[in-house]
Amino acid sequence: MFTEFFYTLRKVGVPVTPTSFLRLQKALSLGIINSVEDFYTAARSILVKSERYFDLYDQVFAHHFKGVELKDPTEVELTEVARAMLEEWLKDPEGLAQALGVDEKEISKLSPEELIQYFLDRLKEQTEAHHGGSKWIGTHGTSPVGHSGYHPGGMRVGGASRNKSAVKVALDRRYKDYSQEGPLTPGQMGEALKRLRHMVPVGPKDQVNIDKTIYQTMKNAGEIEIVFDRSLKDRLKVVLAIDNGGWSMDPYIEMVQTLFNYSRAQFKDLKTFFFHNTIYDNLWEDPPRRYKPFPVNDLVRLDPETRFIILGDASMAPYELMATDGSIHIEERTNKPSYERLKFISATFRYALWINPKLEIEWPYTRTVQMIRDIFPMYELTLDGLEKAVKFMMTKN
Amino acid sequence: MHDENSLIKFTGASKYVLDEELAKIVNISMALEMPLLLKGEPGTGKTMLAYAIAEALDMPLIVLNVKSSMKLVDALYQYDTLTRLNDSRFGDSKRDVSNIEDYIRMGKIGQSFVSDIRVVLLIDEIDKADTDFQDDMLDVLDQMSFDIIEIDKTVKARNRPVVVITSNAKKDLSDPFLGRCNFHHIAFPDPDMMRNIVSVHFPEISRDLLENSIRAFYRLRDFRGVEKKPATRELINWIRALKADPDFKVKDLTKGEVPYLGVLFKKSPDYTVAQAAVSRSRL
Repeated sequence: MFTEFFYTLRKVGVPVTPTSFLRLQKALSLGIINSVEDFYTAARSILVKSERYFDLYDQVFAHHFKGVELKDPTEVELTEVARAMLEEWLKDPEGLAQALGVDEKEISKLSPEELIQYFLDRLKEQTEAHHGGSKWIGTHGTSPVGHSGYHPGGMRVGGASRNKSAVKVALDRRYKDYSQEGPLTPGQMGEALKRLRHMVPVGPKDQVNIDKTIYQTMKNAGEIEIVFDRSLKDRLKVVLAIDNGGWSMDPYIEMVQTLFNYSRAQFKDLKTFFFHNTIYDNLWEDPPRRYKPFPVNDLVRLDPETRFIILGDASMAPYELMATDGSIHIEERTNKPSYERLKFISATFRYALWINPKLEIEWPYTRTVQMIRDIFPMYELTLDGLEKAVKFMMTKN
Repeated sequence: MHDENSLIKFTGASKYVLDEELAKIVNISMALEMPLLLKGEPGTGKTMLAYAIAEALDMPLIVLNVKSSMKLVDALYQYDTLTRLNDSRFGDSKRDVSNIEDYIRMGKIGQSFVSDIRVVLLIDEIDKADTDFQDDMLDVLDQMSFDIIEIDKTVKARNRPVVVITSNAKKDLSDPFLGRCNFHHIAFPDPDMMRNIVSVHFPEISRDLLENSIRAFYRLRDFRGVEKKPATRELINWIRALKADPDFKVKDLTKGEVPYLGVLFKKSPDYTVAQAAVSRSRL
């Protein structure tokens, strides 16, 4: 029963296993599932093992039991963007009309549905040009449209109401917030960083070493001697260098702050430095980059096992990276190009890496990102990227 | 065996407001004899659910609080070598030194296995432990038995415990682990649900206070830049504080004032943020 349902789940990318499917069959044969609602909850708790897939599950369920059309992601995204545009339109009709280059009066005649269709058509024409563009038109922006928003003119009004049929609930896509595309939250970041551990014995000797105790006791001909060891503690050293200057980092400030706060809570031995765009002779210990310079050459004095994490968008004019005296700050003169400095850091620390808040698909469009990637392994600032970064930092040799 | 299990049905407990969906999931997990893994942000009642199940089914509850340094064997049993060593040296106890079994003490999972009656076993915050712990533990829970290596004895569960596992993490546990659990994610209660929850805790609460405190609470949860949002527990404590204060009037809440902010926001940076936001929004 429901084999097709199972395969549709697999097809859309929900990792369902045959075992769990058999288990669902067992549950069905036990007679504890008596309605579609029961089936919805039971199948979800048995088959789907992460809230990230709840949204997909809802879609498949609605598709399977109600024949709702499964949308391919781009279309869904587009609708979402179109909705965002409608929202924008309601707030500021003039601005939007201008941005689209159309007459405001022309649009204001349309009903909301027509308006969305209109936006959709426009978007389909323009996807190429506006990919990753300004806030509400690009597909990589965060859509301001929430699930329980109110849309005038007979559009769907979300929000929870009890006693809905399972299909309706599924149609609601309540779990959209949890799906994989979701933004990185502090909790997730902490979780990703948590695995960064380096255990060494420190502190008072307060753990009984049984083997040694028995050995010593025997050596003493039965006179008990208890041997204590130090307990294992995390002694990981981390240096975090953050690009905190320039408008190019502005969109990522919140994300970077979160990462910073969590790493501060997570690591006892954390040093933070700041730089603008790229690293020259000095790193700065103070965020305004004025009072406390730290010569890059002095980095050799740190433990070479230190995990050196550079956080920045790696986007700048190529000369800033390659030329001597490349810094855009007039007072920062140097005879070594930043490129060499970065190479020096990478040679000093075996675990040096670069985390980029820009998404990986955007990297190829910036020259300097490519050049820096030649020096450091680069990871994007997403859950996936952080995990890979942590994995790299924990590799032995 | 299944019939017998499905006879016992979980319908809620005196202090726990149960989502209908969740009740179904609990019952299915019990019927399938599978551990139930609960995820969700703190304060959504993951731990409380286990207490509620135990209360409703009238079974004793055994709680295993997972710690990061914990090894699986600690949760199963402990071999008290030091006592044995001591006994062998001085020989003044009633225990038999040559019988290792006298020095085996059951851990929490072990206790739930050897118990004479069926128990609810709550494994709290499993995500604190490392992956090995999690996978090995599931083996044990799957087979409902473990070996005591020192005496080469297998401990089998006399009564299969009802297992509830909670996890705070937004991150996934390992795949084999997930494969053996039923999964549910508890979303933060919506205002309607919250009204029910509060009414259960304060049956005599006035409508006015209920409505206004809940409205204020959800407004406070929306403040940006707060690291730890207040959860159900904080709300209940907050209402308790409001009720205890003779000078407090519900009208203050509608004016936008929020007394006892410290009950809701427990981290000092959060408190500062919330305080600033409250004074800004005051009319």
